Amino acid sequence: MTDWRFLQRKSFIELSGRERAQALFDAGTARELLGPHDRIESPWLERQGVTPQADDGCVICKGLIGGEAAVVVAIDGAFQGGSIGEVSGAKMCAALDLAVRDNQRGNKMSAVLLIETGGVRLQEANLGLAAIAEIQASILALRRYAPVIAVTAGTVGCFGGMSLAAGLASYMVMTREARLGMNGPEVIEQEAGVDEFDASDRALIWAIHGGEQRYRMGLVDALVDDDTAQVVSAVRTLIAKGLPAMHRSQQVEMLRERTRRLDPSTQWEPAEFCATWTRGEKA
Amino acid sequence: MSDYTGVRGRRWFEALTGSAAPMSGDPASALVADAELGGEMARFAAVVPDPQGLFPRARQGEVGLEQAYALAARVREMIAMDRDRIRRPLIAIVDVKSQAYGRREEMAAIYMAGAAAVDAYATARMEGHPVIALIVGHAFSGAFLAHGYQANRILAFDDPGVVIHAMHKEAAARITRRSLLELDRLGKQIAPLSYDIRDYATLGLLHALLHVENPETPQPGEVQMVRAQLIAAVKDTRVGPRDLSCRLTSAQAQTARRATLLVRRKLEEQWAEV
Amino acid sequence: MIETLEYEYPDRQATTARAHVGAVGSGDLEVLLEPSGTNRAQVRIRTSVSGFASTWKTVLDRFFSRYDEAVRIEINDAGATPGTVALRLEQAVEASRR
Repeated sequence: MTDWRFLQRKSFIELSGRERAQALFDAGTARELLGPHDRIESPWLERQGVTPQADDGCVICKGLIGGEAAVVVAIDGAFQGGSIGEVSGAKMCAALDLAVRDNQRGNKMSAVLLIETGGVRLQEANLGLAAIAEIQASILALRRYAPVIAVTAGTVGCFGGMSLAAGLASYMVMTREARLGMNGPEVIEQEAGVDEFDASDRALIWAIHGGEQRYRMGLVDALVDDDTAQVVSAVRTLIAKGLPAMHRSQQVEMLRERTRRLDPSTQWEPAEFCATWTRGEKA
Repeated sequence: MSDYTGVRGRRWFEALTGSAAPMSGDPASALVADAELGGEMARFAAVVPDPQGLFPRARQGEVGLEQAYALAARVREMIAMDRDRIRRPLIAIVDVKSQAYGRREEMAAIYMAGAAAVDAYATARMEGHPVIALIVGHAFSGAFLAHGYQANRILAFDDPGVVIHAMHKEAAARITRRSLLELDRLGKQIAPLSYDIRDYATLGLLHALLHVENPETPQPGEVQMVRAQLIAAVKDTRVGPRDLSCRLTSAQAQTARRATLLVRRKLEEQWAEV
Repeated sequence: MIETLEYEYPDRQATTARAHVGAVGSGDLEVLLEPSGTNRAQVRIRTSVSGFASTWKTVLDRFFSRYDEAVRIEINDAGATPGTVALRLEQAVEASRR
């Protein structure tokens, strides 16, 4: 049986960072800033044998989403695994800071962060890490005025220091294919051994880091299909919703209490873990 | 690169606060105490090893779930306590091996624990608490993001055992497919890659590099010097903005981070045009 | 290290063509195309795979035998095949005409 809606679906995952950013905006309102023709690229890569990309893998667009002013920052997973370097990090941070300034001047502006990243770009190490700290600070500054929406769709997912940035967002949007966590499976296997985490066990990976599991844990506000229309609709709805009463990352006692329910003397089965984590939740 | 010994955090925490035990209800790996600094009360926080810790992957000085939530809770408690008073300084004593690498941690969303700690520290800073990070040993990656990197000012010991970086040398060598020797050589040419705190100091992110004879064993004279430096940093913070802009306005940043400054200048120009 | 190659093609037509296609992913390349402001076409290639200057020249000669606009083309390459390079150049031209 053919589901025509499935056939008409336009994959969001297959879009480049630039295409994803542009897709979010109301027709004709998107303007890219510091685009590839401006050639503001990494000063650190050529001397290490890596060809720079003209936008350093970060796209900034300003415009209207559902009639509301917004800036979208897209980290493209295609360039260096979406890793954060000096310039790509500075672009995201500067965009957030300018959104703060607009809000302070009485012009409400939300931010949407499309994040596909493994974390810090090792070829830029300490400048990448410092940029992530500054991005986190800027998200927290903007969050006082307007929602910051993080979207991770895959295939790279959101790992490393930027996972903390996603955790600071007002709202989180994920597809089922997407993954979100501080350390990826390969890193855990390297650091702690294959018994701790078998990086080839795909079912385990998605059971721990996947969008569906994070959604079941109450950490995701919209779980969407790999469908551009659904992503756009989710983002529009969340921007219109405005600031939440409290941000997740402020709910320390709630998160801490859930962690305290867990028995760390043994490894956990993902389904059983989820039941413990969400116990006492209203449906 | 000097190996992580895991003793510096506790020793400097004790030397600066006179306290050796966690607050009631906190794990033994998260030390928080209120102590006098320059005539006012300040809150000090450190993450230290605890071989008896509940989480097997967070027993050697890693910032894991328990540590991050303890920090977040104690910082928020401080914010609430000082709501209608002078905002006390918050001193993060940093000697953290890394974030905790574990299946349990990933399952239980350690990224949210890290985010909670970042949120708490940054909120303290935005509310006017002078937040100072004192790097006495290692400060890696997610652990440093959660404990210290939201500080108004970062101070570090000038010592081979003080290392700030995104990834341990061995792992970085493996992933970038270079030898340890090559990484060292690269670090000498490319400051952001270096594991040497003196090279980190050229990036414009550090407020001060402090000379201490032996950071593993705090001597009374040196503890006095460190206290004086912390007091001066607190004072400096109180007359400045509550954001992280000093990391961009420092003298070294004008050179080391000029690409960042160019991005900010050009984006502001283009923002106005649209 | 990165190899930089530069080529010029004289006697081109003035143009307002402008485009950007591709990405610097493994086996891929990015093409930036703009008016050169002169009556020549100029190409600058930066590639992480050295030693293929003659291959690049062959691909470009073929491309410029059919394309007569005075453009500046910048290519950032991470090991694309000649076929992919030719494809991206065509895509850039197509994009510049939309």
